[in-house]
Amino acid sequence: MSSGFDRVDEMTPKKLSKDQSHLVSVCLNGRNRKAMADPRMLLTDWLRHELGATGTHVGCEHGACGACTVLIDGVAQRACLTLAVQVDGRRLDTVEGLATSDGDLSDLQQAFKRHHALQCGFCTSGILMSCSDWLGRIEDRVPTEQEVRDMLSGHLCRCTGYTPIVAALMEVAQARFERRKEYLLSINDNKESSHA
Amino acid sequence: MKPPRFDYLRVDTAAEAVEALSQTEDARILAGGQSLMAILNMRLAQPSLLVDISRSRELDQIREEGSWLRVDAATTQARVEWMPDLSRKVPMLAQALPYVSHFQIRNRGTVCGSVAHADPSAEIPLVLLALKGEVVLRGPRKQRILTADAFFQGMLSTARQPDELVESVKFPMAKAGHGYAFTEYSQRHGDFAACSVAAVVNQAGIRFAVGGVADRPTARDWPRLTGTDLEDALNDFSWELQARDDPQVSALARRHMVRNLGKKIIAQANQQCHPDSIG
Amino acid sequence: MHDTISNVNPAPYTGRPVERVEDAALLMGRGRYGDDLGVRPGTLHAAVLRSPHGHAQLLKVDASAAIAAPGVHAVLTGEDVRRWAQPFVVGVKQPMEHWPLAVDRVRYSGEPVAVVIAEDRYLAEDALDLIQVEYRTLDVVMSIEEALDPGQCVLHEKVGANIVSDREFNYGDVERAFVQARHNIATEVHYPRNSCSPIELGFVLAQWLPDEHGYDVLSNFMGPFSLHAVMALALKVPGNRLRQQIPRDSGGSFGVKQSVFPYVVLMCLASRKAGGAPVKWVEDRLEHLEAATSATARKTIIQAAVDEQGRVLALKYDQIDEVGAYLRAPEPATFYRMHGALTGAYDIPCLYVRNRVVVTNKTPTGLVRGFGGPQVFFALERLMDLIANKLQIDPIELRKKNYVRADQFPYQATAGAMLDSGDYGRLTDMAVQAAALNGLEERRQHVQAQGKLYGIGCSAIVEPSISNMGYVSTVLTAEQRHRAGPKNGAIASATVAIDLLGSVNVTIASAPAGQGHMTVCGQVVADVFGLQPAQISVNVEFDTAKDAWSVAAGNYSSRFAGAVAGTVHLAATKLRDKLAQIAAGQFNCSADTIGFAEGSIFNLDNPSQTQPFTRLAAGPHWAPALLPAGVEAGLRETVFWTPDVLKAPDDQDRVNSSAAYGFVFDICGLIVDPDTGSVTIDQYITAHDAGRILNPALADGQIRGAFAQGVGAALFEEFRYSADGNFQSGTLAEYLMPTACEIPDPTIIHLQTPSPFTPLGAKGLGEGNNMSTPVAIANAFADALRKSHRDIEDIRLPLTPSRVLDLLDTQDPAPRHADPQAASARKSSAGGLRLSASGVVDVSASAEEVFDVLLSPQALARVIPGCHELTAVGENRYRADVTVGVGLVKARYLAQIELSDIQRPYSLRLKGSGQSSLGTGSGDGRIQLENTSTGCRLTYDYEAKVGGKVAAVGPRMLEGAARIIIGQLFAALGRQASGESGQSWFTRLLKWLGLNGGGAN
Repeated sequence: MSSGFDRVDEMTPKKLSKDQSHLVSVCLNGRNRKAMADPRMLLTDWLRHELGATGTHVGCEHGACGACTVLIDGVAQRACLTLAVQVDGRRLDTVEGLATSDGDLSDLQQAFKRHHALQCGFCTSGILMSCSDWLGRIEDRVPTEQEVRDMLSGHLCRCTGYTPIVAALMEVAQARFERRKEYLLSINDNKESSHA
Repeated sequence: MKPPRFDYLRVDTAAEAVEALSQTEDARILAGGQSLMAILNMRLAQPSLLVDISRSRELDQIREEGSWLRVDAATTQARVEWMPDLSRKVPMLAQALPYVSHFQIRNRGTVCGSVAHADPSAEIPLVLLALKGEVVLRGPRKQRILTADAFFQGMLSTARQPDELVESVKFPMAKAGHGYAFTEYSQRHGDFAACSVAAVVNQAGIRFAVGGVADRPTARDWPRLTGTDLEDALNDFSWELQARDDPQVSALARRHMVRNLGKKIIAQANQQCHPDSIG
Repeated sequence: MHDTISNVNPAPYTGRPVERVEDAALLMGRGRYGDDLGVRPGTLHAAVLRSPHGHAQLLKVDASAAIAAPGVHAVLTGEDVRRWAQPFVVGVKQPMEHWPLAVDRVRYSGEPVAVVIAEDRYLAEDALDLIQVEYRTLDVVMSIEEALDPGQCVLHEKVGANIVSDREFNYGDVERAFVQARHNIATEVHYPRNSCSPIELGFVLAQWLPDEHGYDVLSNFMGPFSLHAVMALALKVPGNRLRQQIPRDSGGSFGVKQSVFPYVVLMCLASRKAGGAPVKWVEDRLEHLEAATSATARKTIIQAAVDEQGRVLALKYDQIDEVGAYLRAPEPATFYRMHGALTGAYDIPCLYVRNRVVVTNKTPTGLVRGFGGPQVFFALERLMDLIANKLQIDPIELRKKNYVRADQFPYQATAGAMLDSGDYGRLTDMAVQAAALNGLEERRQHVQAQGKLYGIGCSAIVEPSISNMGYVSTVLTAEQRHRAGPKNGAIASATVAIDLLGSVNVTIASAPAGQGHMTVCGQVVADVFGLQPAQISVNVEFDTAKDAWSVAAGNYSSRFAGAVAGTVHLAATKLRDKLAQIAAGQFNCSADTIGFAEGSIFNLDNPSQTQPFTRLAAGPHWAPALLPAGVEAGLRETVFWTPDVLKAPDDQDRVNSSAAYGFVFDICGLIVDPDTGSVTIDQYITAHDAGRILNPALADGQIRGAFAQGVGAALFEEFRYSADGNFQSGTLAEYLMPTACEIPDPTIIHLQTPSPFTPLGAKGLGEGNNMSTPVAIANAFADALRKSHRDIEDIRLPLTPSRVLDLLDTQDPAPRHADPQAASARKSSAGGLRLSASGVVDVSASAEEVFDVLLSPQALARVIPGCHELTAVGENRYRADVTVGVGLVKARYLAQIELSDIQRPYSLRLKGSGQSSLGTGSGDGRIQLENTSTGCRLTYDYEAKVGGKVAAVGPRMLEGAARIIIGQLFAALGRQASGESGQSWFTRLLKWLGLNGGGAN
């Protein structure tokens, strides 16, 4: 998971002039990428049009719709409220990185497909990124439906009425919790058997 | 919707931030940017320089200082929200943070940034005022500490001088015998509150604060009023706030919410303030 | 023969909830939305300058500074547009000029005034701020009532009135029915402006091709492609010189992307201005909310003649649609889409209709999911509830009593709709049963016990699908229609082809936006050929230069399941029949005995005669010589289909406005909290009969999505304007789309009564809840209030806390120590926004000294907050350059300042107005002075107006901001007059504002 950019302070001069473009380097979905950006360039535009990562979408540019949500150092945030120069030296994860390189969908993506949790798909990438951060934080329990809805309220979806998204998310949370429980049990079993 | 041109400076320390503010006219601190960036994208502001403190480790501390919980300028709302013992230490903040916009915004938005921006409907300024918290301002020559009451001065307006950084905010930690409660009403989950209310109740009295109604969060200290005395006090207060109409919520609706939510939240705080309770 | 062969497949994919083929790419971020596709090197980017005024003459547009700005290639203005284009054609015979860019007048806030074409969007937006525009403001017309008033300002002088269409229709002996009926029940209802605004915004990439005298466009316009003709005419080119392509993916449309079409024309002209460089425009959320489109606002007076048993014998509609500043194509279609079905689900023999269309200084209206239905059913279904209430009949029983009966189908409704199939009573009973199962009545008791209100309401609607392209001509008189020639039909097209390796390719002209067209076409075609859906490739990219298409092409009027999927089925069947002939030649049997199943083509009578589908289907490409006699080369079939039932309006103005009509019955249980005025949907049952369902999972997805938008319309969403023409819903914090926390899971019930008029028996179902849900919620809300307070007829949507608390007669007791004047002045009015401030400042200077400051330009310059320069332009008239704002929000205004009514040293009037990149601002106030023992007391009373962007994005903040800015002015005045200086002015300002009774009202 290490991005290889721990010493960010040396990456670029700290003061960036508005009249110039500056080189910005990131680790995007596990791959080192770099491109130029003016200080005012939004991370959305930089990702989409400089790096070609068009899976991150733009729906409002004022932080309200959630379509542009990406992970910066593992934390779900709005790319439209972030400057590209702010992420220099950081790890970015976007929707393009969720499936395996062979195209196998993650459990979350599969659940979305199974539950018809997307229609036009435009808000979906942001929702997936929020979910992947959030589910990772609550893995020791199964969230309530109200908690899931609270988290989702940071995303606007005009197609689905949210029901299938909630269902997909609840199912994944439940399955991950079960898997984790089994895993923890198996560790315990191993410990016990090694003690025996 | 693209921001205007500005210079960008990333700083690691408060001293660097303040130096930049004092040397550049129209410089602005960029912390979480969850309000600032939206304002820039709409070109409602044209700062010459953004001073980015979001990656400063020095300014990303949560500390207990005596009876205070001190939160620094670069610390996100999420970091505070996910503190395992927040509901014990500053229960009102724990109650209010989930109302602050959305998970994704709190992941980035800072506690100090919300205070510095002084949106009259924002939750954190209300909590700070209700708890009689303090704002630590760092200027080029000195540091000064203001009470929340002195800090908030109106719509998006505070006592901060252009060359000062809101370095920290300090929340008093829960005291025995005090009850704390917060709630708000907004049309949708996560919206700026049409009316938010917070109450601190102890043996001596009630401190009741309202956000979203006046042009800044506003508090009143009352003895332990009950019954019609309390209702009258709430009603008087609801008028004193000079509620504003906006296209969604009328002034009448706001006064009504002050009265009803106020009564409810004071009762709730009341229930929790038996002498041995902590929060 | 066809039926026999289809029956070969024992488990057809059609009708099953198969997973979508679209999803994998979308879930991996590999969508192909317009802005995801690469552009040619040298592509330029456009930004649109928009009017900050609701109504103004355009005196001058000076783009010279913008053209000189870095990276700017050109600026398109009204002059260019006059040269290269012409106004859009208008759907009624009126001399209304609607240009893609304002040429001499702006008529709504947000109307395009100029287009900057630059090397990137950032630079283009920089240059917008440099364009100098001079306006002369005109009076605005902001409501239906104002538009009907002949004394108001006329928007289109050549038209001469703000009523641009007025038609009456009479079906049956309405007057007699009203005379004879026992009851005459009427009500007036209003439906607001709103939009099912999608998350992806408009996108246009346009290029002028000088060598070909034409234009090439890629955009996410979604149809109807009848508008292709409107665009080509506006650009003054033949249809074949405007090539339009549509990308595979579109991030939601809901009708709204119809409103991209004026920008297609605008960007074609921008490319022309830029010498033929490709020009890209991506709409942003602010411009979308302000200026893209809206549903019409409607006022309806509806009246029913009802007999003793509750049978409705006749209906009268007096409808007024407010379409914004221009009658933009396809308006006035909002009226006429529903025209044939104005009697809804009911068998009502007599009908009178008056339809008036009015223009106002608001954004032009257009397609929004449900198009016309929400407005009509809001009136009709509110009325049905009022009838039930008046006659003391259960509202559901009343509806059942009036339904078109199951044995009446196909049933021609009074205004011409041919209701194709259904069993309304049965589906209603199913919904009622589900409501009982959900325990609605128990919920009511439970909630009421907690001190809240509970209401239960229902609605019954018919859901039209597959619009008759001729319905809009109902707005013309029969005589006008005769002269213009008949218009009718709804031509759909589909192409199915087999390639060199025997795989199947489908192309359709349906411009989907998330409805899963690829998936469903795959299901349908797989069944026809006995293949698996994954083997079928469906291409939904659309190209007017290469695809088979016609006037009805596009993604609207719920036409996919009934028309497009049906036409795909026809094309696939045609190709399959050709393959059957070829196979029959090879197997030496009759084509009637050829079967298609499990990837093989075989002889039903002799199953040992079989070949893999791919082998047999590929063969004719490689060896046309083997084709049986009479079978032509080529394996590609295109079918055009139009429903026979869609005739032109007849001479009695009857029109079958749609090919199929589904039925929806909803029951809603909701909670009203009197403490906050909030309305929460507690239970919702929605029952649908949409004929045969092709994919139940996708069908339920459509229902849930429409339901969520219906809840949005009922409780949250509205485009608001101030009375002076400013738009106030410019961000997603002002225009409230519901989130996951506000939308409950509806209980969905299906009944499938196939349509006899569509190839697969399917009907549309994507719009029903947009029509049924707002009024079901309103009826439930009325029920809650009827049970607890009183009967309320005029329920205005959305049900905001303010409206709800008003309707609940919420008490607002005066304070104990009130300043009664302040209290009464603060009495709120719904919707309006008055920005005013008044206050008192005690100044340690005499009134004369204050006047000295006001009348001296140098001193005045120091008093006006943020004043950079003040130049006298006449006696007590100045031009000023000022920076105005609060907090970090500020802008530089060029302002005019005037002092008048000077009665030295007692009073004067101070007026100022200015314009900046953030819009317009003005203030007008009276100042009074009175000497006191310590100096004088200054009393001010101000009214401010803010327009343009600031008003659109920050209405929540405006009052507080106005208070601060006006307060700053007088604080500085006091300081200047007292000869004070120093930094404490702000502290004192706050004291004045906060403590000295600086009460704003």
